[in-house]
Amino acid sequence: MKTKSFPHGVHPPELKELTEDTALQFMPPPEKVMIPLLQHFGKPADPLVQKGDEVLLGQKIGEAQGLFSASVHASVSGKVLSVDAFVHPGGTPVPAVTIANDGQDKSTDPKRKAKDPFSLSPEEIREKVKEAGVVGLGGAAFPTAVKLSPPKDKPIDTIIINGCECEPLLTSDNRLMLEYPDDILKGAELARIATGAERIIVGIEDNKRKAFDLFREKISEYNGDVVLLKTKYPEGAEKNLIYALLRRQVPRGGLPFDVGIVVQNVGTAKAIWEAVSATKPLYERALTVSGHSIAEPKNLMVRIGTPFQQAVDFCGGLKEDGNILIMGGPMMGIAQWSTEVPVIKGTSGILAWSAPAPSTERPCIRCGRCIEHCPMVLVPTQLAKYVQFDKLEEAEDWGILDCVECGSCQYICPSKIPLVHWIRLGKNRIMGLKKAKKA
Amino acid sequence: MADKAYIIQSSPHFRDKDSVPKIMSVVIIALLPAVLSSLYFFRLKAVGLYVSCLLACLATEAIFLWVRKKPMESLWDGSAVITALLLAMTLPPTLSLELAVIGSVVAIALGKQVFGGLGYNIFNPALVGRAFLQTAFPVAMTTWFPPATLTVDAATFATPLGNLKFQEAIAQGTLTPLKDLFWGNTGGCLGETSAAALLLGAVILIFKKTIDWRIPAGIILALSVFSGIFWLVNPDKYASPVFHILAGGLMIGAFFMATDLVTSPITPKGTWIYALGIGLMVGLIRLFGGFPEGVMYSILFMNTSVPLLNRYSRPKILGERRKGS
Repeated sequence: MKTKSFPHGVHPPELKELTEDTALQFMPPPEKVMIPLLQHFGKPADPLVQKGDEVLLGQKIGEAQGLFSASVHASVSGKVLSVDAFVHPGGTPVPAVTIANDGQDKSTDPKRKAKDPFSLSPEEIREKVKEAGVVGLGGAAFPTAVKLSPPKDKPIDTIIINGCECEPLLTSDNRLMLEYPDDILKGAELARIATGAERIIVGIEDNKRKAFDLFREKISEYNGDVVLLKTKYPEGAEKNLIYALLRRQVPRGGLPFDVGIVVQNVGTAKAIWEAVSATKPLYERALTVSGHSIAEPKNLMVRIGTPFQQAVDFCGGLKEDGNILIMGGPMMGIAQWSTEVPVIKGTSGILAWSAPAPSTERPCIRCGRCIEHCPMVLVPTQLAKYVQFDKLEEAEDWGILDCVECGSCQYICPSKIPLVHWIRLGKNRIMGLKKAKKA
Repeated sequence: MADKAYIIQSSPHFRDKDSVPKIMSVVIIALLPAVLSSLYFFRLKAVGLYVSCLLACLATEAIFLWVRKKPMESLWDGSAVITALLLAMTLPPTLSLELAVIGSVVAIALGKQVFGGLGYNIFNPALVGRAFLQTAFPVAMTTWFPPATLTVDAATFATPLGNLKFQEAIAQGTLTPLKDLFWGNTGGCLGETSAAALLLGAVILIFKKTIDWRIPAGIILALSVFSGIFWLVNPDKYASPVFHILAGGLMIGAFFMATDLVTSPITPKGTWIYALGIGLMVGLIRLFGGFPEGVMYSILFMNTSVPLLNRYSRPKILGERRKGS
């Protein structure tokens, strides 16, 4: 079968065989959860509880601050032990609510049977999604309610459901597609209604044929299509996915809104369905615990706030040789220094393996491979050089802010130059200067 | 367990296995067929030149690394070996070994290390060495010797292009047959004569994606069109494009010299301009210049344009709208 794709990109080893056939398992909630008030793109939520309070499962404990923010909910029932800064997988401490689990899972209110979710208005759907604190579960954790609110002058025609899971090792989206296809499609349908789109397109990479076949069957009940995509990284990056499926280019600095599209990850679609149909807040998520240093790699449903250590222990523990611990995928994930960090809404995976000693960095031999593989068609080696020599204006001129930090350039670089690191540094400096100028 | 130290690094955490030394070794392997064919055609003379160039290039590289306090490991990244092989392959078989050593020192010292070593040089180092020898020792650099497989008078022997330019080979009917040009049964620099051996190596380079196919394609295209026009107008005076492609240093230049990663453009558009420029200039020099051959000067000349080409040929970013598009 012919597959669709985008130009450039790389094909790192997939390593999905470790977990792709392992069904999602509900991990028992831990004795204690640490729930950061910032788990999303934007402003941290404001705490609604204090030390000593009793909270229920699903109770809102942090209120969204402004538009680009998301509410946070208790993932267990029990007593609030503290509201204080805590280690965060992002690297810097963030205010977090620590709750001692009473083991009861006492819920806020018995799941009300709501009226038919498909009869709700777009506003009602958005409101329920916002109340449930749903954010993009692909990794970037962008508040979903914002994504479901296209500006009036930007009509949306298509909802794209992102089932690419193009990062190596991760398989939890694959499991969600195999085990909850109806929830995902119903969530997609709600997103379609909320944005006024006409159709749904589900994009799935061809290393997930079972999921593709299943969705092919199910899609007939909807106005939509399922498209097989080539297994290539970063097929699931929003702008590349849109190009692969519809040959539309999101303008530089623009959003998918600008070309009439809203993209939702499969996990997010499921969360939308649960938020709207069962008023279930986002207090747990699917993730993959894998890598060669995890004793028994698994796909888990984990409560938000569960320490990495406990999730790893649930998977047989960390083998002696494990020397690198990653939140997310191997290409874009964040290296962790501690297993005490909690699972957050953006945690798509917990990975550990034995990393070889870093290879010697050599001078750039100008082979141009970074350009050939950049999915945004940038010139990474030149951008890195501009940053090294503090030529930030040139860097901006050459599109440094268009970089999505997918890591393809650094993956392919034969001189082992930390290109993404330099580009990130440049982006931070440029954004810093812009902020200073505004102030 | 709690005290375990994890590696902290910025993403991506996976790296491709290819590396600079691996790329260089592919180039060396791709050069081997032509090296072997030159050993067959020029026997001991070839052995002497290869050995002197290799020793002199590696020694010069080592001295510079030592003086510049750079890791000695870089000596074995393969780049100095490639420079040595390419330089030897572009020397006439009769050249004395001292001159080969001088050329090697110049290639590494002035062609590469003074700019900052691997990755920073503007010109192809082997061609810098050769250009120096050509200017300093013009007679030695244009004294030719027939291959061991030909029985002709060595004293008056000339290269196919020399024949064409200075001895009215077409009118005399002494133009080198294409078959001999293809297999290398002819005079010329050590490694440039056998188009067949060079093509075998070129297939490896293109298949392994070590070189940009646009470069040989652009050079051959431009030279064919340019020489083809004159050949069509006056075949009694001008040689055919096929002759021009197979003769002289065009093959080795197009596939192994102009494609040097460091000294060719990094953008696709820039690469096309660079390659077409080389092909056109080779045609101009061969047809109307004072020398019978122009591959070396054409590549060196276009090397100078690379920074400019890179600067003005930035690819179109995904989602970018330029005027008129």
